[in-house]
Amino acid sequence: MTTVAAATHATTAPRAVTRATGESPAVRWTLTAIALVFLALTLLLPLALVFHQAFSKGLTAYQEAITDPDALSAARLTLLVASIAVPINLVFGVAAAWCISKFTFPGRNLLITLIDLPFAVSPVISGMIFVLLFGAHGWVGPWLVEHDIKIIFAVPGIVLATTFVTAPFVARELIPLMQEQGTEEEEAAIVLGARGWQTFWRVTLPNIKWGLLYGLILCNARAMGEFGAVSVVSGHIRGETNTLPLHVEILYNEYAFAASFAVASVLTLLALVTLSLKTLVEWRQRRADAEADAPDDDISQQRMAA
Amino acid sequence: MRRTARSVLPGFGLSLGITCTYLSLMVLLPLATVFGRTAQLTWPAFWATVSDPRVVASYRVTFGASFVAALINTVFGLLVAWVLVRYRFPGKRLVDAMVDLPFALPTAVAGIALTTLYASNGWIGGFLDPLGVKVSYTWLGITVALIFIGLPFVVRTVQPVLDDLEVEVEEAAASLGARRWQTFTRVVFPTVAPALLTGFALAFARAIGEYGSVVFISGNMPMKTEIVPLLIITKLEQYDYPGATAVALVMLLASFVLLLSINLLQWAARRRAAV
Repeated sequence: MTTVAAATHATTAPRAVTRATGESPAVRWTLTAIALVFLALTLLLPLALVFHQAFSKGLTAYQEAITDPDALSAARLTLLVASIAVPINLVFGVAAAWCISKFTFPGRNLLITLIDLPFAVSPVISGMIFVLLFGAHGWVGPWLVEHDIKIIFAVPGIVLATTFVTAPFVARELIPLMQEQGTEEEEAAIVLGARGWQTFWRVTLPNIKWGLLYGLILCNARAMGEFGAVSVVSGHIRGETNTLPLHVEILYNEYAFAASFAVASVLTLLALVTLSLKTLVEWRQRRADAEADAPDDDISQQRMAA
Repeated sequence: MRRTARSVLPGFGLSLGITCTYLSLMVLLPLATVFGRTAQLTWPAFWATVSDPRVVASYRVTFGASFVAALINTVFGLLVAWVLVRYRFPGKRLVDAMVDLPFALPTAVAGIALTTLYASNGWIGGFLDPLGVKVSYTWLGITVALIFIGLPFVVRTVQPVLDDLEVEVEEAAASLGARRWQTFTRVVFPTVAPALLTGFALAFARAIGEYGSVVFISGNMPMKTEIVPLLIITKLEQYDYPGATAVALVMLLASFVLLLSINLLQWAARRRAAV
């Protein structure tokens, strides 16, 4: 809202005022140029390089690299892991956001900090803690060996590490959003006789859908792209415990650069899709907010006119 | 803050139950193993592990490069946020969306791309090599990767604050005779400083734990370009679990202190905003 106000202000205000609060064109263009060159060097060049390298050996080599059986099995595992980790963290995120934003209780701020904890932990340590728990020398390791259950260097370990790393995403997006929305609408629904779940599906969910989607998109991107934590627990068994990011590493370390970048380009496309969806959701969210605020604006304009 | 004696809303028990159970089993219990494992070490053994010269060298690499990268990100992050909020140029929305690329791009992809880019025959490394500057497989390369990873933290923390800045305050400063630079240093900068500090801390916190984007470009020479997360992995691969957990504990404590200071910073900023 403020930007819109500022923008209209700048265009309608007399020239002298705009100059007093803005920089001279020379400064403006220099700053913009430095910022854009910096962004091009740090963000755009690596992005362009991935695709350039991926196709450096031609289209057939590219196709071969991404349809290689090991690459396909890595892609399947990546999808499987994300399809388990993301829904679990969706349920957790909604539950956490509901109790934190709709109720007051002692220890609420501590709970918010605890939810953020996985973000503060190095990915390598996130993987290591599961090795300490379930590895052959871990706490429950001997029991697992006895019962022939494999968690570390197997798919369950990868799922656990990924779930840990992506735990905060949905909760983190929803908590501030739902705190801002307050409890009045839900309270009204309950008072009017709606049941709990009815209230959630009909009142809460429509209000938080964009925030929820935003959290899911980010959660999924991290789940599919996680490297450090998964690297520790996976054991790098080709065709079995290799995810796409790990497959990129293996190919790169074998000096199969073109193939490595070909697989990397698939992950890069995923990142670009994530960014587009994220931008779209932000845009829709802003539009929804603007529509919600619109009546207030009318009132304030009327008041100004009066 | 809202204070309701008893809420009419249902689901408190269920949602709090799910949240606490999940956090305990999925996050707290696994993290507690680090403390449990380290407790099995005697104090001298713990100290010997975490003060070993190779380990100390890796702290220096990790914390040094992270600090430099976060500092560079603070400067350029403020510049990028300023340009995105204040100026209009073609393709601005695209550029704005691109800032989040490091969040979305898998770290391994960033790692191999940056390594190739800065290798002595790479697009950027090819220019630097004749000047005698080597980036890939050196300390400089680690910093470059950490700049890539940390940039969005600073931009995204500073941007909303700049967005909310009232133009009226700057107009007042200008009408009172302040020059543009004075207005910036005396009015704008103090307002964004807490956000800038938070952004710095977030970028730094992310950088000290970063693995995927760094491990390819760092060269991984013990004592020189070995980062702490890699050292932990090396120890794990040698089944030196006590050693790995001891070093991990040091890193965890550093991260927790950072997390705490970030929360305090944000809390202080919110209080200031509320006043």
